Amino acid sequence: MPNDAIAADPRYARRPPTRGMTLSWRDPTVRNIVWQVLILGAVAFVVWWLVSNTMRNLEVRRIATGFGFLGREAGLPIGEAMVEYSPADTYARALLVGVLNTLRVAVIGAVLATILGTIVGIARLSRNWLVSRLAAVYVEVLRDLPLLLQLLFWYGLMQALPGPRQSLNPFGNVFLSNRGIKFPWIVWEPAHTAALLAFVAGIAATWALARLFRARQFATGQRTPIWPYALGLIAGLPIAVWLLMGAPWTVDVPALRGFNFSGGGTVSPEFAALLLGLVLYTAAFIAEIVRAGIQAIHNGQWEAAGALGLSRGDQLRLIILPQALRVIVPPMTSQYLNITKNSSLAVAIGYQDIVSIANTTINQTGQAIEGIAIIMMVYLTISLSISAFMNWYNARIALKER
Amino acid sequence: MTPPPAEAATMGQASAAFVPAEERRPPSLSVGPIGWIRANLFNSWASTAVTLVLGYLIIRWTLGFLDWAVFNAVWSVPGTGQAVNTTACREMKGIGACWALIGEKYRFILFGLYPFDEQWRPAVCIAIFVGLYVVSAMRRFWRRELLFIWIAALTVIGILMWGGVFGLPYVEQERWGGLIITLILSTFGIALAFPLAIFVALGRRAHNLPAVKALCVVYIELIRGVPLISLLFMASVMFPLFLPEGMNIDKLLRAQIAIILFAAAYLAEVIRGGLQALPRGQYEAAEALGLSYWQKTGLIILPQALRMVIPPLVNTFIGMFKDTSLVLIIGIFDLLNAAKTSIIEPAWQGFGTEAYLAVAAIYFVFCFAMSKYSAGLETEFNRHRNR
Amino acid sequence: MRNAMRAGVFAAAFTLGTAGLAVAQQQSTFDAVKARGTVNCGVSTGVAGFSNPDSQGVWRGLDVDGCRAVAAALFGDASKVRFVGTTTQNRFPALQSGEVDVLVRTTTWTLAREASLGFLFTGVNFYDGQAFMVKRSLGVNSAKELDGATVCVQPGTTTELNLSDYFRTNRMSFRPVVIESVEEIRNAFISGRCDVYTNDSSSLASFRSTQGANAEQYVLLPEIISKEPLGPVVRKGDAKWFDLVRWVGFAQLAAEELGVTSANVDEMLKSQNPEIQRLLGVTGGLGEMLGLDNRWAYNVIKQVGNFEEMWERSITPMGVPRGINNLWTKGGLMYAPPVR
Repeated sequence: MPNDAIAADPRYARRPPTRGMTLSWRDPTVRNIVWQVLILGAVAFVVWWLVSNTMRNLEVRRIATGFGFLGREAGLPIGEAMVEYSPADTYARALLVGVLNTLRVAVIGAVLATILGTIVGIARLSRNWLVSRLAAVYVEVLRDLPLLLQLLFWYGLMQALPGPRQSLNPFGNVFLSNRGIKFPWIVWEPAHTAALLAFVAGIAATWALARLFRARQFATGQRTPIWPYALGLIAGLPIAVWLLMGAPWTVDVPALRGFNFSGGGTVSPEFAALLLGLVLYTAAFIAEIVRAGIQAIHNGQWEAAGALGLSRGDQLRLIILPQALRVIVPPMTSQYLNITKNSSLAVAIGYQDIVSIANTTINQTGQAIEGIAIIMMVYLTISLSISAFMNWYNARIALKER
Repeated sequence: MTPPPAEAATMGQASAAFVPAEERRPPSLSVGPIGWIRANLFNSWASTAVTLVLGYLIIRWTLGFLDWAVFNAVWSVPGTGQAVNTTACREMKGIGACWALIGEKYRFILFGLYPFDEQWRPAVCIAIFVGLYVVSAMRRFWRRELLFIWIAALTVIGILMWGGVFGLPYVEQERWGGLIITLILSTFGIALAFPLAIFVALGRRAHNLPAVKALCVVYIELIRGVPLISLLFMASVMFPLFLPEGMNIDKLLRAQIAIILFAAAYLAEVIRGGLQALPRGQYEAAEALGLSYWQKTGLIILPQALRMVIPPLVNTFIGMFKDTSLVLIIGIFDLLNAAKTSIIEPAWQGFGTEAYLAVAAIYFVFCFAMSKYSAGLETEFNRHRNR
Repeated sequence: MRNAMRAGVFAAAFTLGTAGLAVAQQQSTFDAVKARGTVNCGVSTGVAGFSNPDSQGVWRGLDVDGCRAVAAALFGDASKVRFVGTTTQNRFPALQSGEVDVLVRTTTWTLAREASLGFLFTGVNFYDGQAFMVKRSLGVNSAKELDGATVCVQPGTTTELNLSDYFRTNRMSFRPVVIESVEEIRNAFISGRCDVYTNDSSSLASFRSTQGANAEQYVLLPEIISKEPLGPVVRKGDAKWFDLVRWVGFAQLAAEELGVTSANVDEMLKSQNPEIQRLLGVTGGLGEMLGLDNRWAYNVIKQVGNFEEMWERSITPMGVPRGINNLWTKGGLMYAPPVR
């Protein structure tokens, strides 16, 4: 029935009684507004009360305020920094080093935990009894112990390694001692940067090509194998660039000099212990997520995919994984958030992350509010970025319904 | 694969009158323990290799651990208190465990600074807490009475811990320590966060109250976005600045407040999950009955939604239980901090592994029991779906 | 469900009510403590020799005994102390906010802490200085030879700053290993994670004494790179409280000088030495000037002992020699103004 017909029909002419602007408690709109005003007022009052107390206390206790200290010389030594740093630098720079250290352990930890967690999760479903039981024991034990305890334990183990002069030498020029893991590392030159850029460009080009091929497959039904192009772009291009620029290749081999090794790349024991603890702990949770994700897919899906004539790999790639990922991705987000937040326990084993450095700053300047505000802002920024990215990814792979 | 002989025989006789073949047992290699081993440990070359390698490693490590923890361990040392002589332990360092440390310090690790002669009181409280968990875990007690049991138990715990009545000497909170602190912080943390979490979860779903909704979202995201360590730090260093001159809140209570606020944000998300999982029909039916918002929520929605989220709730509790170990940052003697402190005395320095292992065992017993329970409950709740 | 909420509200009220929102009136610390009946004393949660709970959960150490002495002077009962464990981070906020009345937590007396944090140090109960310890096998004899070394250091203290200052002044480089916990840092040093362990020399000496037969492996380098006078701290603004804490410390030193100990203090009451008579309150009425009982110092010495006794009880078992912490008469720096 068209709209004007409804209007014309006398049966619809009865409008609901229009209410005037009577302020009645029974009116839900009024009630909602009153409630919100009350609640917001209460919250605002509490905030005002806390802030005014704080202002007064800061004044009475003669505590300096503001972020002026950021520009002052920090004077605190930092063991490992991803950017140039010396104690003569400012607090701002020291805190930046801390943020980078946090990000470093969180990013590497998330990648490794995902890999290990997936392996353990699949191992739990293994047909080999020993493997599945071992995976189950791993998950149960690591999940049920506080992370702090585990970190202290791993750090203790790292220190039980021999000193640099008696360091273990598992293979090649790799040395394992309580000073950390030393390994040969090439001397970085512009050619390497160029090769790295070429590598990134290769990945991007491959991705674009894959999209093109897929569009062609949908249009013509013709499948073009992508892997020869991928190989050429991702591996060939960087090598070609590197060769063109003169193929520099100087390996810096760690050698024992004086107190310690010099040369080569290093992973410090603090970083290694923190990373190990975080990865092992988080992997236990990820394993459970992966297992649940795979088990959530009905066996019929495999069979139906097989009936379509897809190969085993295509079945997994095209049918099973996209469905399993929908179950896996949301809880994974919180695991990535957890690994970032848990990295703050670094302070207990001497890895200088943002919390550790901000703590020292607070202790030296007495400016607790600014210090804690910095810690919180850093973590909030990281957390919200991860959430946003994972939400975007989640929306991309979500089931498109009607 | 060739068909088993019994089947082949039956097929051959199909044309003749049916005479059941003599029952034959399957080959002994495919049933019984040997069959099980073949099917589960050696079902392919790869599987066999993995089994052998893993088996070797497990046996080696187990033997090594037993050597250290049992055969070479030092179980007691002469002397006690200040006059203790730990040379025996020092000589065996790295070869055998020094369990004498636990013998000397177990009361400190379990009860912290609590007056030595009164330590039966926290011991009883720990028993009450465990009893409370067990009773709450049993579904036949999931009734209104459970609430009174909780209130009564917590009151008794309060009386026992503080004392000051019934002839019990008063013990100030600074002296509480050890396992009981872990239990108090986690249990009160969840119990008091629960009502707050319900309001926040409802607030986050209150679409007709945009301001309240925004407030709840900000609260949840803010708390979940930062590590607990920073909240505890705030409670310890910043909180004293928030209060007017001369007003102090005890350190333990400050940590407790931080933990409650932290737990509430996580619980609110768990509860919101339950609220969202409830079919729309329930909301509509409740509205159709003409119930007010609070009647609808209190009588129809929450009882169903909360029931659904009990397993994740238990998991949140396990998380809180482990996370209370972070209070050592602000100098509270919880289980882990007591263990850490027990090895500060010069005589006992260097035996951290033993102390940490002992505490790990305690944490594991509690968390493992709870996670098993939660997993069992989940299966039970999902049973109707799998039918 | 409503019941659960009611329970929550009840439980909250219960906790708040009993856990105590301790609202102190706006009054001086001295009067507040007196009215409360206990001294709230901020101590470390575990520094061997200074404040550390023993197997029975009883606090022991030099700092802890300092708190007990204040209680003994004020209340005539050394047990009327409430020990509040503080960490390096929350010790100053705890004192500023009034959570503790006095902080005795191996805290170094510096200008900035008095001028900008609003504190007063009442004296020094331990003269310390930062030093370096290395393994003998390293063959190092002076801190000047430490260029390129890996150094274990605790964060957030003056130690960390002194360290980087020292290396900068001497144009040497080093790699810090920064660990919060004493136990962990010592393990790190023993295992060789770092070449050098730097801390207050008392802490290093006590570390070495715990190593038993292995003690010979460690060498304390001769350089002392900082002055670390450790002492009790109070808030500015209450002279009476400041006087009390300061003079309790001096009284214990004076008692050591005069040979008054917890064992002989009762006999000493009959002593004819006017200095002892004044100290023990037989004559002079000095206690009243401080707003205390005239027997204040008698109570301190009787229940806690003189400074030497405190030292013997807590520091000697750590293997730390008395050194500069000896009385001025024996070549040390400990000097009490006249108690008169």
